[in-house]
Amino acid sequence: MATTREHLTEKTADQSTERYRSLWSDVWRQFRRHKGAMVGLVMLLVIMFGSFIGPLIYPLDPFAIDTSQASLSPSLDHPMGTDNLGRDVMARVMVGGRISLSVGIAAMIVGVVIGTAVGILSGFFTKLDGILMRGTDMFLALPILPLLLVIIMLFRDPLREAFGPELGIFILVVSIIGITSWMQTARVVRGDVLALKEKEFVLAARSIGSRKRNVVFRHIFPNVLSPVMVAAALGVAIAIITESALSFLGLGFPSDFPTWGRLLFDAQSYITLTPMRVLWPGILISLTVISVNFIGDGLRDALDPKLRSQ
Amino acid sequence: MGRYIIRRTLFAIPTLIVISFVIFAILDLAPGDPTASLPLTIPPEVREKIREALGFNDPFLVSWLKWLYQMMIVEPINLIEQMFDITIGDSENRVRIISWSSKAPVVDTIIERIPQTLWVLGLAFIFGIMIAIPVGVISAYKQYSAFDNVGTFVTMVGYSVPTFFTGLLAIVVFSVWLGWFPSFYDTTHEVSLTDWSSITFQIKQMIMPVAVLALFNAAALSRFTRSSMLDNLNEDYVRTARSKGLGENKVVIGHVLRNSLIPVVTLIALQIPGVFAGAIITEQIFRINGLGQLLIGAIQGADVPMVQTLTFLFAVLIVVFNLIADIMYGLLDPRIRYD
Repeated sequence: MATTREHLTEKTADQSTERYRSLWSDVWRQFRRHKGAMVGLVMLLVIMFGSFIGPLIYPLDPFAIDTSQASLSPSLDHPMGTDNLGRDVMARVMVGGRISLSVGIAAMIVGVVIGTAVGILSGFFTKLDGILMRGTDMFLALPILPLLLVIIMLFRDPLREAFGPELGIFILVVSIIGITSWMQTARVVRGDVLALKEKEFVLAARSIGSRKRNVVFRHIFPNVLSPVMVAAALGVAIAIITESALSFLGLGFPSDFPTWGRLLFDAQSYITLTPMRVLWPGILISLTVISVNFIGDGLRDALDPKLRSQ
Repeated sequence: MGRYIIRRTLFAIPTLIVISFVIFAILDLAPGDPTASLPLTIPPEVREKIREALGFNDPFLVSWLKWLYQMMIVEPINLIEQMFDITIGDSENRVRIISWSSKAPVVDTIIERIPQTLWVLGLAFIFGIMIAIPVGVISAYKQYSAFDNVGTFVTMVGYSVPTFFTGLLAIVVFSVWLGWFPSFYDTTHEVSLTDWSSITFQIKQMIMPVAVLALFNAAALSRFTRSSMLDNLNEDYVRTARSKGLGENKVVIGHVLRNSLIPVVTLIALQIPGVFAGAIITEQIFRINGLGQLLIGAIQGADVPMVQTLTFLFAVLIVVFNLIADIMYGLLDPRIRYD
């Protein structure tokens, strides 16, 4: 009963708003139909709220050392227990989430901007295509994880001296993850641009004498936004996993500036004493990545005009 | 096809040279010093001579070319010599790549570590394929059934959850709480075929690392198998096969699966280097004394030659398997013509 009524109200709502339907409201309507994506979106919003607003509400200090309270199991005072120095794990997980999510989003932006730029340049300007695609192929053949570890090892100290311990490592991790994760975006965008630039509307724009720059920004770029958005969603997931992996290997963020990966690394040594400490950051990394991947799936469906018209 | 293979193979060589240059250039910035671990009693003049002998003071291009020569010519010749127990030319005076921390030839250390890595990786890879293909096939054949829905969700989760969490989770559950398996991998353990308990111990300690990696590999592969099967299931040739009166098993396995496996086999080849990179993390979780741990140790100890060689080997794996995947795709799929 309830479902039919909902269905009816949705239908009437559709009809009344039909005149004002824009592209993005269409996309949003299609996105809402994807159950996994909606669950993912809600879950991601909850995690983001907990990480960015949570530390302001939560009373315990993530850095307050109290050895008399060391290695406690979860209790009412410490919902996720305490670590080996008596710091509250929940407070640390919240602060860690703030850094992990910021790194993920910032690195994704770097990667997507580079990828889109390389993709558009190499798709639109035939002269640049050869060299840019050779470069992309070479980046794809680089052993990313070993190289990331080496680069962090080499540049950690100079950057920490130049920008301070926290900002230095943040800049380093974000830029190297961004620089090593743009290749798929570039390939997809290039493919789309190659097809788009032969379309009639581009020809029309050119024939009325639009400058190349305007053709790219007004006509080509808005049309490659869909693959770019999907790549952006998946890019966040990849960046969070990469950062966690680096921190987990002990070559990412330091313990006094923890991310979820670093918390996992620190907890690993106490796995027999306080096994729950390992689970919290791990569960949050996994939930975030799962949500982001589902959102990416939903976006892909919602942005596909063939699926949307059904 | 033959010309295509030759062209692709020849193109791989400059790619590798460029990659070796990038790796070498990054590591050249390293502040490491080959004499740092030597006793302090050695006078500075002698230290300088040792640096000289190790080629530490050479200009960048010279030391890169020297390393490239060692990597591409000296070490392969040496490998052949060791394998067939023969001597080629002046093998006494050829300078091999020497580790700064152990002072032993880098390649010998790597060869020592390969079996541990290969055992765990190889088994995980084989089990992963054995799980992934049936799951993908059934999921696609019964699209939107309960099996498919559960399977799609589980593979999405398995593909999203990183191995460093599933590994630790397995340790928490199976060794801390249940006490079934040892929490780390003992590489000094020797298996003798006559001693049953040594075999069971080996199996016990391998179960967790192999299972964790196998499930991770299986997740991506079964998603891919499913979508490849779905692409083929609605093709005309499937209807033709059915209308000829072929049994459903023959249609699905003999016709659809055979065609669907073409991209899957390519993906398997493309995944292999990634599996090696993933081993860096898995080996760290279960403390397996393999290549990944060797790399982490070398990075932390600033052992530049070891890091260079290992990173380059990873790059070789990627380039070689990309090449294999491309060639296999052309060989398996007669619709693809490169020339």
